[in-house]
Amino acid sequence: MIQWQTLCNLDDIPADSGICALVDAEQIALFYVSKLQAVFALHNYDPFAKAHVLSRGIIGDISGEPVVASPIYKQHFKLTTGECIEDSTVKIPSYPVRINGQHIEINITHA
Amino acid sequence: MNTKKNLVVIGNGMVGQHFLAQLVASSIKDDYTITTFCEEPRVAYDRVHLSAFFSGKTADDLSLVETNFFENNNIRLLLGDKAAKIDRTTKTITSAQGHTIAYDKLVLATGSYPFVPPVPGHDRPQCLVYRTIEDLEAIAAAAAKSKVGVVVGGGLLGLEAAKALKDLGLKTHVVEFAPRLMAVQLDEAGGALLRNKIEQLGVTVHTNRNTQLITDGEACLNKMCFADGEELETDIILFSAGIRPRDDIARACELEVGARGGIVIDNQCKTSDPDIYAIGECALWNNMIFGLVAPGYAMARTVVADLANQSASFTGADMSTKLKLMGVDVASIGDAHAKTPGALIYTYQNGELEIYKRLVVSPDKKHLLGAVLVGDASSYSTLLQYCLNGIQLPAQPDSLILPSLNAEPVGLGPDALPNSAQICSCYDVSKGDICQAVAAGCHTVGALKAATKAGSGCGGCAALVKSVLNSELTKQGVEVNTDLCEHFAYTRQELFTLIKVEKIKTFNDLLDKHGKGLGCEICKPTVASILASNWNDFILKTEHAPLQDTNDAFLANIQKDGTYSVVPRIAGGEITPDKLIVLGQIGKKYQLYTKITGGQRVDLFGARVEQLPLIWQELVEAGFESGHAYGKSLRTVKSCVGSNWCRYGVDDSVGLAIELENRYKGLRSPHKIKFAVSGCTRECAEAQGKDVGVIATETGWSLYLCGNGGMKPRHADLFATSLDKDTLIKYIDRFLSFYIQTADRLQRTSVWMENMAGGLDHLKAVIIDDSLGLCNQLEAQMQHVVATYQCEWKSTLADETKLKRFRPFVNSAQSDPSIEFIEERGQIRPAEPSPHKHFKILEVAQ
Repeated sequence: MIQWQTLCNLDDIPADSGICALVDAEQIALFYVSKLQAVFALHNYDPFAKAHVLSRGIIGDISGEPVVASPIYKQHFKLTTGECIEDSTVKIPSYPVRINGQHIEINITHA
Repeated sequence: MNTKKNLVVIGNGMVGQHFLAQLVASSIKDDYTITTFCEEPRVAYDRVHLSAFFSGKTADDLSLVETNFFENNNIRLLLGDKAAKIDRTTKTITSAQGHTIAYDKLVLATGSYPFVPPVPGHDRPQCLVYRTIEDLEAIAAAAAKSKVGVVVGGGLLGLEAAKALKDLGLKTHVVEFAPRLMAVQLDEAGGALLRNKIEQLGVTVHTNRNTQLITDGEACLNKMCFADGEELETDIILFSAGIRPRDDIARACELEVGARGGIVIDNQCKTSDPDIYAIGECALWNNMIFGLVAPGYAMARTVVADLANQSASFTGADMSTKLKLMGVDVASIGDAHAKTPGALIYTYQNGELEIYKRLVVSPDKKHLLGAVLVGDASSYSTLLQYCLNGIQLPAQPDSLILPSLNAEPVGLGPDALPNSAQICSCYDVSKGDICQAVAAGCHTVGALKAATKAGSGCGGCAALVKSVLNSELTKQGVEVNTDLCEHFAYTRQELFTLIKVEKIKTFNDLLDKHGKGLGCEICKPTVASILASNWNDFILKTEHAPLQDTNDAFLANIQKDGTYSVVPRIAGGEITPDKLIVLGQIGKKYQLYTKITGGQRVDLFGARVEQLPLIWQELVEAGFESGHAYGKSLRTVKSCVGSNWCRYGVDDSVGLAIELENRYKGLRSPHKIKFAVSGCTRECAEAQGKDVGVIATETGWSLYLCGNGGMKPRHADLFATSLDKDTLIKYIDRFLSFYIQTADRLQRTSVWMENMAGGLDHLKAVIIDDSLGLCNQLEAQMQHVVATYQCEWKSTLADETKLKRFRPFVNSAQSDPSIEFIEERGQIRPAEPSPHKHFKILEVAQ
């Protein structure tokens, strides 16, 4: 089943920052990049630090690729795919997300 | 059977040690059983930088001997024993302790002793010399109970000694027999300018003074009486009136000595006995004694080559010198006095900037014979290379010393030098040696120093070494990239200037004008810090908040499990019982792990993000302020209990610590900054391990700068003494502002200072003498930051929109269920994180 669910309003995410939403007991980090006028969604879990912290990382880009840097040990994860730049064997879940009017909507399916 | 010959060295000073180091690095090291005498209680140390002993360097820091050097090279060291007698018939040496040692070859490196004029009273109490570490210890002990000091002798070493007395807080005089200072190296005009500058620094200079008698003083311990009837009262007298070769042991065994002393040597440094060599300041070559270290090293190398049957000769040495005397640049090259017949002289004098330069040029105007530089010795390396390598001068030789009006640097680029050009005269390193080392992979000055030793002697060639390095790297196509990150093609210092000059107030404005892309976790916090240092806006303003590292963004310190720790400010470590109780109550109420920090405060761990505003609401109500433990900013000013309670206390260290902490709290900087204040020289606050350390003395505050603990501890340098509180704060204001303007990102003050061209002396010139004319601006910048301080937690609590950031979830009031604690020693600690188990059940919709 495919369904979009609203998590919050766009103005709940401070520009060029991240926040965290709780979706069915999962922590989802939402990032808003103002220059791209785009929202990205990754899981909030940092597999290196083993802690739910990625929404509190600084966002930026590496050679044009939008990334978030872990606030604990500074590894970079691509906002688009969740791939880790420093270690290609590590990838965290990423989720389709869209701005619908003022709403931020995410698309998650349970198995 | 042992076929090795015995080689004995008498004297383990700088030259004796250099000889041993060269010998064990040579092909003949296994041909000899080596024994060395060392009369002093410690092995060779750096006498050239002896005054560093007073700015905090220890005897160990000054040592020139690698750890285990003697053991590793099987050298027998007779420490604290003196060679008393040489018997040339039996080829044996008898020591003062009664040892008899046989030699096949003998090297005399006995050095020199300070000449003390035979004036009546020269052996009175506190009449001292300046030669060994023991001498320095005696000077320091005498200075502690003295107010006035006189140095007899206005030469190079005398002025160095005067600086030491001044640094020890004494009213300092220099008494010189000749009509000018540094008579050997400088001409009259140069000497006059130097005198002027030194007197401005508070040292009184007396020239043309012939001391006739030293007797009881009235106000001071001693009184000097001069031939012209004048008198001078002083507590300490330091003789620095030249050196005399120590040739007594050579005289006693009837080696040939000069009429005015010195062991006569030939071009192979052999004495009148072909099995005995003499090197360094005890040796007399061509009727000359060389009182500099570089010629001594050249003699040492000659002897090693001669022992190895390689042809080598010592044929005299360049006596050019460049040094900084009390912050004044002075240099002398070659024939400074224009003794060459027909020599042409060019001079340039600038009264406003107090600069004097003089060139001595060959009659055909083609070659440089000598030079004198006072006030600005930046062209020393270039001129020295012209002189030593016989490089043809430009058509107008004076263009080398005239100020360049079109701002084009006049100088000899490293490419103009032949490969044979000697760059480092202390260790005889040529340009070719350096190029070779760069090609072999030495790409930093540090690596070059380690590989070639270039620049590790007197340090005079450091700038030239760096320019040869950069030129070689450019040739190899190695780009020296100092960009902050891929988004800004500038250094931190350049960005600081852009932001200040163009009055840029936001990151996005800077990125639009001077950068590219979105930024990153390097440039964003760096720029946020620069903006805060300049304008001191609230760091969580909407445009600044996304730039901050998580610690600054949540005004707390993130821990491994994503919780935070809370550190309220406890200025100077002073806290009332009531406030201490509040901390205890809060710790208990929120079930926080509590620990005392090294900076004399209390750290409360395990706070969830949503608890931070609640905890701080209570803290602020109880009168606490943010401690900035989360920022690259002033952390704490540690203090001992000081004179209010301590029976040894000299001044109120706690009071000063609180004042300093309240002055600089909230200041954003390239890295964290730590202070400490000790109430006496027992130094219980460990101030000499801090960026800024202050120690109380009977005569005022002593200021130490650029120390730190951590991964690479560094002892702070003594910067100034006998300061009143206003001057102390003025210097600290200037120091911090200068550091914040010019340091690299995440560079502590220690590394910043060590990388600064000119090091501590330059820093003193900038901060004390205002050599860059920056001091007003530096003080104004600090004044702005001090005047606009706000408690960041108070501001946050007053702003509803800021508090929204502290919700764990945007769409739920639940707290983070993944955070778990267990109990240990009666407090909480993070449960070991378990591998994440949710990844599998989440799939992305297709």
